[in-house]
Amino acid sequence: MSLERFINQAVSSWMSEDGPDSDIVLSSRIRLARNLKEMKFPALASGEESGEVISHVKEMLQQGCPSRFGPLELLKMEEIQPLQKRVLVEKHLISPHLAEHSPHGAILLSENEQVSIMLNEEDHIRIQCLFPGLQLSEALQAANEMDDWLEGGIDYAFDEQYGYLTSCPTNAGTGLRASVMMHLPGLVLTQQLNRILPAINQLGLVVRGIYGEGSEALGNIFQISNQITLGKSEDDIVEDLKSVVSQLISQERSAREALAKTSNIQLEDRVFRSYGTLANSRIIETKEAASCLSDVRLGIDMGYIKNISKNILNELMILTQPGFLQQYAGGPLRPEERDIRRAALIRERMKMELSQ
Amino acid sequence: MICQECNQRPATLHFTNFSNGEKTEMHLCERCAQEKGEMFMMNQGPGFSINNLLAGLLNMEPAFKTKAKEPFPQEKVIQCDNCSLTFPQFVKIGRFGCAHCYDAFREQLSPVIRRLHSGNSTHNGKVPQRIGGSIQLQRNIASLKNTLSEHIAREEFEKAVELRDQIRSLEKELAEKRRGGE
Ligand SMILES: [Zn+2]
Ligand SMILES: [Zn+2]
Repeated sequence: MSLERFINQAVSSWMSEDGPDSDIVLSSRIRLARNLKEMKFPALASGEESGEVISHVKEMLQQGCPSRFGPLELLKMEEIQPLQKRVLVEKHLISPHLAEHSPHGAILLSENEQVSIMLNEEDHIRIQCLFPGLQLSEALQAANEMDDWLEGGIDYAFDEQYGYLTSCPTNAGTGLRASVMMHLPGLVLTQQLNRILPAINQLGLVVRGIYGEGSEALGNIFQISNQITLGKSEDDIVEDLKSVVSQLISQERSAREALAKTSNIQLEDRVFRSYGTLANSRIIETKEAASCLSDVRLGIDMGYIKNISKNILNELMILTQPGFLQQYAGGPLRPEERDIRRAALIRERMKMELSQ
Repeated sequence: MICQECNQRPATLHFTNFSNGEKTEMHLCERCAQEKGEMFMMNQGPGFSINNLLAGLLNMEPAFKTKAKEPFPQEKVIQCDNCSLTFPQFVKIGRFGCAHCYDAFREQLSPVIRRLHSGNSTHNGKVPQRIGGSIQLQRNIASLKNTLSEHIAREEFEKAVELRDQIRSLEKELAEKRRGGE
């Protein structure tokens, strides 16, 4: 397969669209957790019961789904290969939990992958909508549309006091997790983020790195999401997150301006060294690749680098994960082999950019 | 990895926290995590991964501890009659077995839910249209009643009368809906 075709398959088409503030906010995501009233939650449900959930939704799908993102396709976990599952995880379309621990799990997916609905994960139903840039309200509206369609044919587990009932008490109420993925190299380089993070935690929001193990944030990419789901309306949860994100955006912008003012040549040097590393290295680990990609993206946003598309950061962060590298290679790879393949893939991708 | 507290048992819970600009990591076994649980909640706020913490949080829930120790004899374990999950099992895994568990454990649950959701205890968001019609009506009536007392306070009696009639008709609708549902 050519790299170009591989990338087109690997990168969801919505990701190449531009969104508001997309120099800093890479994407916005809304997730709604829902359950069926009379069924045991997936962890305790029998295979037969879980099968009923899937066939019920499948029936509704056949009667027509009003998705504005086109028809939804149903994929059952038991019917797809482990490597394919891993790739879906690396694209953030399904959770590791669904891939590894949900033998009766399934996903409904729109063609552009903007809407995905997980079945029989921790909850019976998890609706997810993804938008480029800062578009939380738009994503909430899209998720609500899917929710209203599902509710038309399903008796949801709902309680006057505790709202939508979920498997984990941390999701009860709205079942809503709103999150944004932000690229914050300016705040990291100026060492301001460590000061800001505790304040964000105080506001009931959670910050975590979304690539890499544990809390280590690779590529200066952070996910910010709401912690509490009960007691606030969906709109308020989204508005509160938006206002913090807007502040972070302006702080990141001033950090970048300050960097350009005080250490212009140092920054330019850093950006082009990273560019050189990506364009020339023969062996590269995830961590180094992520840090160089972050520098290059910053260089593009700040105008040091002109002939490379912005998407290179999002794209290569996804493509250089182990699952994708192995899919591209056509089989399993040892970690040392991955580092060689990763370097080759990045070099090739950079070349593609220059020939366009 | 070995638990950094007792240096004996394997660490199964991993916490990361940002505070005062410092990132701290803790790797604990379940027992030490439980012992430290109270301290975490007091000092750390919402920085810790909530799912890992839940088991510890529920275990140390004082309402539950005293109740389990004192008034109930051993055989009276609270259990969901739909999925058979017991309350101690729920505490251990931090997950409900089905929607009915919320009813079965309602009494024990209230302080836990409050703690997880910054003191909130009542849903204030979307209501499913088909099954939640009467809840929506109730909310509308409550908000109209608020407006009504504002009008009265401002001596806007014409508006108040209008609202009162509106509230009456909604209340009638609600009563009919409830009768129909039963
Ligand atoms: Zn220990
Ligand atoms: Zn139950």
